[in-house]
Amino acid sequence: MTAREEILARIQGALHVRASDPANGHGKIERTYTRTTSMNEHETIELFIDRLVDYDTEVIQVASDSEIAGAVAQSMTKAQETALLAPAGFPQEWLPTSIAITLDENLSHVTLDAEKTVITTCEAAVASTGTIFLVHGGTQGRRVITLLPDHHICIVRRSQVYSVLPEALAAVTANATKPITTISGPSATSDIEMVRIRGVHGPRSLTVILVS
Amino acid sequence: MSIRVGKAAKAPAFPIAAHKALENNQLRANVRRATTTIRNKRALRVEEMPDWESLRSAGAAIKQHTLAHLDHYLEEFVRNCERAGGKVHWARDADEANSIAINLIRTYTPKDSTAPVEVIKVKTMTSDEIQMNHALEREGIVPIETDLADMIVQLGKDEPSHIVVPALHKNRTEIRDIFRASMAQPELTDQPEDLTAAARKYLRERFLRTKIAVSGANFAIADTGSVCVVESEGNGRMCLTLPEVLITLVGIEKVIPSFGDLEVFLQTLPRSATGERMNPYNSLWTGVTPGDGPQHFHVILLDNGRTKLLEDEMERETLQCIRCAACLNACPVYRETGGHAYGSIYSGPIGAILSPQLQSLEHSRSLPYASTLCGACYEVCPVKINIPEVLIHLRGRVVREDQKTLKGKLGVENIAMQAAATIFRSERRYEASQRLARIGQLAFERKGLLTNLPGMAGGWTATRDLKPIPSHSFRDWWKSRNNTTWSPKSNMSQGGAN
Ligand code: SF4
Repeated sequence: MTAREEILARIQGALHVRASDPANGHGKIERTYTRTTSMNEHETIELFIDRLVDYDTEVIQVASDSEIAGAVAQSMTKAQETALLAPAGFPQEWLPTSIAITLDENLSHVTLDAEKTVITTCEAAVASTGTIFLVHGGTQGRRVITLLPDHHICIVRRSQVYSVLPEALAAVTANATKPITTISGPSATSDIEMVRIRGVHGPRSLTVILVS
Repeated sequence: MSIRVGKAAKAPAFPIAAHKALENNQLRANVRRATTTIRNKRALRVEEMPDWESLRSAGAAIKQHTLAHLDHYLEEFVRNCERAGGKVHWARDADEANSIAINLIRTYTPKDSTAPVEVIKVKTMTSDEIQMNHALEREGIVPIETDLADMIVQLGKDEPSHIVVPALHKNRTEIRDIFRASMAQPELTDQPEDLTAAARKYLRERFLRTKIAVSGANFAIADTGSVCVVESEGNGRMCLTLPEVLITLVGIEKVIPSFGDLEVFLQTLPRSATGERMNPYNSLWTGVTPGDGPQHFHVILLDNGRTKLLEDEMERETLQCIRCAACLNACPVYRETGGHAYGSIYSGPIGAILSPQLQSLEHSRSLPYASTLCGACYEVCPVKINIPEVLIHLRGRVVREDQKTLKGKLGVENIAMQAAATIFRSERRYEASQRLARIGQLAFERKGLLTNLPGMAGGWTATRDLKPIPSHSFRDWWKSRNNTTWSPKSNMSQGGAN
């Protein structure tokens, strides 16, 4: 018997009382937890900002797409950064003209490691946990580009922000088999005496540009 | 078959190891501080969730449902993962899983390479369970742990003492000394910021140069074939993204039916594990994605004793565990002894039920007793595993198995318990024995307390005082009371008057 056959046989032998059809049983699982809320957009956004700030995330709110480039420049100037990495095909009008732009055209890891700042969009966000969903590819970039640089600037549209996790997860389900990363604040550790340290291996700082 | 749980087979019994741990004041202080911090943070984050109980119930229901159809969901996961370009291997036990991993690493190492083969690893308790690092090292492969705490444990040649914060028994100066010795940084301070920065620098070059990674998984999702890794530091993302080859070791109980089920676990796991609303990163991927991440992806599905737990419904509950460690942080025994006393990489309440069951009670026989049965573990468990109930069930099994051996049959404890059973079965014998004990205890009574009983009872009174049996027992009083007949009504009115 192969290991597969043997393990499956052990399982079947152990589960002597077989329940009915799995799909049916799965559908019947009681889900009385909050799956949608009645929060309005204003409340949701307030909560999202509160959570982001709690994770030491910089938040810049802009009224329209035309202000994105200015917000990017503002965040980078503050952090004293001068060069920006963006996924290939990223809309030019969102990038400040005053800053040197590198587009990720399959750049090597070593090249990417030298980059300080990266910009992407996102797929969805969760207010109650301050979480951003990246479904990788397109303007959300390959996984590696938001990993090696130190500072990640992410454009989030207000319409992409859901109040609770189940809503956001439902919004990305259609893309579930693409690589997905959820990001809640900068990388962190509490492994040394439970002192929270921001910035371990992933980006040390995160900026969210919240667009109306 | 070689079902192994870390080095549990060689570990001393819990009471012996615990004794040693209790003498180490530094360790106790470190464990207490860390567990208190996480407990408080957890309580805060759970309190703000009005639907917490519903989430717990749903988590338990999803896991129970999955386990009842485990073969179905595993096969569904395999189909979907392989359709997306992953390759799934099955391992009956620790040795088989290790040799699959070693063969894969060999296959992907250029034949002409003379440098030692390195693999980067991201936090996987399952790989500690099968002692993968030792197996790799024996083959000349160098495993590099990348989680900060795992790295502290590995560089310090130590053992993990907690399933989420494996180095919580070390304080900052101990960590600084370990790093100074192994990173050639004699100037390193003991500030957590500096220590973290040193780890970042040390690992960044290794992340960039290493071609093969080994990871664990928090969830394997049947309906999409995806795998999910939950983490904080970004070392997970590094290992899952940068190498060319990724080998993911998954216990068969980690499968969940659907992508949507994450809506429960991604809410309960971070809050229970670290007291965060959400951990910084979750990575989800399905097979291989051209142009993004490792182009060779292998999954090893591990049994190693798990299928045996399916048979009995109470034991099966153990497999619901999502390894959040909330039960460790809540446990009054763990909080005193730390993890090492359990002699298994799975410590605390979950370790006390998991390790002995995986190894069919061959080892870790003392672990079902490493608990006060206070129930704190059950209360915090996000998938509602009734650990105290399983512990009692296992104690029963230990006793029954002991009774089968001659040594066990003639053991003092067994004889005492059998005698007790005979006494408790008869009213007359029970009263007679009480009268006898009342006389017998006179010799040991000091200032109205029993402080130094002989024989086996001495173990109890070594650390606790016992009240003597009163001269007038409840039963005596009951018999001698003035024939007043009791009725629920009169009893209630009495209660009200008081
Ligand atoms: S038994 Fe429950 S509380 Fe303990 S680690 Fe597992 S899931 Fe967490």
